[in-house]
Amino acid sequence: MSVEDQIAFRVEDLCRSYFLKGETVHALKGVSFDVLAGEYIAIMGPSGSGKSTLLNVLGCLDRPTSGRYILAGDDVATLNDYQLSRIRGQRIGFVFQSYNLLQQLNVLENIKVPLQYQGLVGSEADVLCQHLAERVGLGNRLYHRPTELSGGQQQRVAIARSLVNDPYFILADEATGNLDSKTTDEVLDLFETLNNDGKTIIMITHEDEVAARSKRVIRLRDGLIESDTRN
Amino acid sequence: MIFQFFQTVVLGIKSLMVQKLRAGLAALGIFIGTATVIWLVAMGEGVSFRAQQQILELGARNIIVRTKQPNEGEQDAANRVKTYGLLRADYRRIVENIPNISRAIPMRELRFELRLGDRTADAKLVGCVEDYLALNRLEMARGRWLSSRDRGKKVVVLASDTARRLFPFENPIGRTIWVGAEFYTVIGQTRDRTASAAIGGSLDSRDYNLDAYIPLKTLRQRVGDLVMKRVGGGQGFNFIGEDVELSQITVEVENIEEVDETAQIIETLLKKYHEKEDYAVVVPRELLRQAERTRTMFNVLLVVIAGISLLVGGIGIMNIMLATVTERTREIGIRRALGATRTDIISQFLIETVVLTASGGLLGVLFGLSVGPIFETLKRAVLTFSPESLPPIVQTLEPRIAPWSVVLSLAISLGVGVLFGVYPARKAAFLDPIEALRHE
Repeated sequence: MSVEDQIAFRVEDLCRSYFLKGETVHALKGVSFDVLAGEYIAIMGPSGSGKSTLLNVLGCLDRPTSGRYILAGDDVATLNDYQLSRIRGQRIGFVFQSYNLLQQLNVLENIKVPLQYQGLVGSEADVLCQHLAERVGLGNRLYHRPTELSGGQQQRVAIARSLVNDPYFILADEATGNLDSKTTDEVLDLFETLNNDGKTIIMITHEDEVAARSKRVIRLRDGLIESDTRN
Repeated sequence: MIFQFFQTVVLGIKSLMVQKLRAGLAALGIFIGTATVIWLVAMGEGVSFRAQQQILELGARNIIVRTKQPNEGEQDAANRVKTYGLLRADYRRIVENIPNISRAIPMRELRFELRLGDRTADAKLVGCVEDYLALNRLEMARGRWLSSRDRGKKVVVLASDTARRLFPFENPIGRTIWVGAEFYTVIGQTRDRTASAAIGGSLDSRDYNLDAYIPLKTLRQRVGDLVMKRVGGGQGFNFIGEDVELSQITVEVENIEEVDETAQIIETLLKKYHEKEDYAVVVPRELLRQAERTRTMFNVLLVVIAGISLLVGGIGIMNIMLATVTERTREIGIRRALGATRTDIISQFLIETVVLTASGGLLGVLFGLSVGPIFETLKRAVLTFSPESLPPIVQTLEPRIAPWSVVLSLAISLGVGVLFGVYPARKAAFLDPIEALRHE
């Protein structure tokens, strides 16, 4: 296999600027890196470093002002809202700091949500979601509502949900930010297991302990890559 | 595809159930609007159905020519005896000159006292011909109806109430009674027949149960055209007389298409021989058309009123959905991140709105369909406590559900859902996913 085949995505000279109160803010000033399939990357940086902007662009929630973001052959900068929605649903698995589960749905239904937007419904979907719930250790909580779960459990539901579409990579945004150290470890263990199974993981974080568990750390400062090191 | 739609509907119901009271109140507006359409239209249809029944009883192929007391001129007022109305000559002229009529039935009626011993009945004495029975849908209770052989004979057929007053216990057939100053033999008795209500200004109401029918020829020979009445009090008696030959001629036209034209011809014919307007030509078919027009107008009015109430309900729905969208901004952001396209979000909220209005609409339809029993119960309850409080039209009113009103109200309630759901749904779909995700 050539390097090209193994690339999950590639960003080239990525820039993103906003107009705020008549001023142009350059949040990203030219960021380039490749991510290979199976990598476990932590993206770090102080607030204002462009972390969140990079997350939004990588998550296809936002488009770069210039530069290229190649995800499985598509340049995200040229896609419209519909295409971006499809990519989010098919190629990216989101894990958020505040879990972002839907309160009116139970565990199984929450895991199923991304499948519904791909038109995958029926008993096969049910089996897959149940399997994923078991994989994150919630096989006995299938019909619980998010409010009936602890933070760690909720985050594991969110991780199961991020896996359901078999995405190109998991994009975790401060995924352990709301958790205590014990559950943080549990969740990080889960990420590690997933990575060992071949999942590509991009973890946005500002905690060194979390970054230490990853295999590669990209540090941002003032919209540029400060360092890119492998653990 | 269908399964997915079904899932979205289930999701919509679930989301609505989160705020049960709010959803219920929002749907209430639609419920009331839908039920109002069906109720109002059913009431209107009930009223107009009765009117139509009565007009139909008069016969769609018939033309009714009635004697009418003319407006009094100055000299007339001085006359003790008033001569007016349809003439036997009119009858002859109609029969002889108008070819396309299948039959013409003359009739003369007047108030008259019937007596048997000390029992009296202030009846309406009707001089008629054999066809009168069929024309007015009368049925015999016992005995027989007048036949052509009875013309000129002193025989009488009593209506049900008349017979009851004179013969409370006995069988009247074969007995003799006093009609004015002469003996008549009772040969038959008719069944009870419900009175017909007045139709507009053209026809008075007619109670058939206090009638006494004798052959027209007998009436003319024995009673005559001139009838004296005692009026007023004061000193001595005052008498006025009415000299009327015929009260009514019912003309049946062969072909229903020719009714209007024939009525015109009759009117022209009569005008030639009558100085005063002492007759009226009533065309039931025309009345029917008028009633139909009135009904349509009435229905349009009702639908407009109900439409306004549905509109108000729809605004309530929109208000609720806008609040819902704001409250669920974060959910919208999450769904967008998980791959929902704008169309997905629009259909989610649109379906939710339609589920809301459709459930209100369906319940409204169910309540609307039960208008018959509910109205009956209400009516009975009111009548028990104060029997006089309801006007007769309401007492006899039976709501008739119009199928189109059910379809229409349901369609409108769905339409309201779509119409007032589009804006909130679009608002939801065009939220910036990043902003929405950050929303607390």
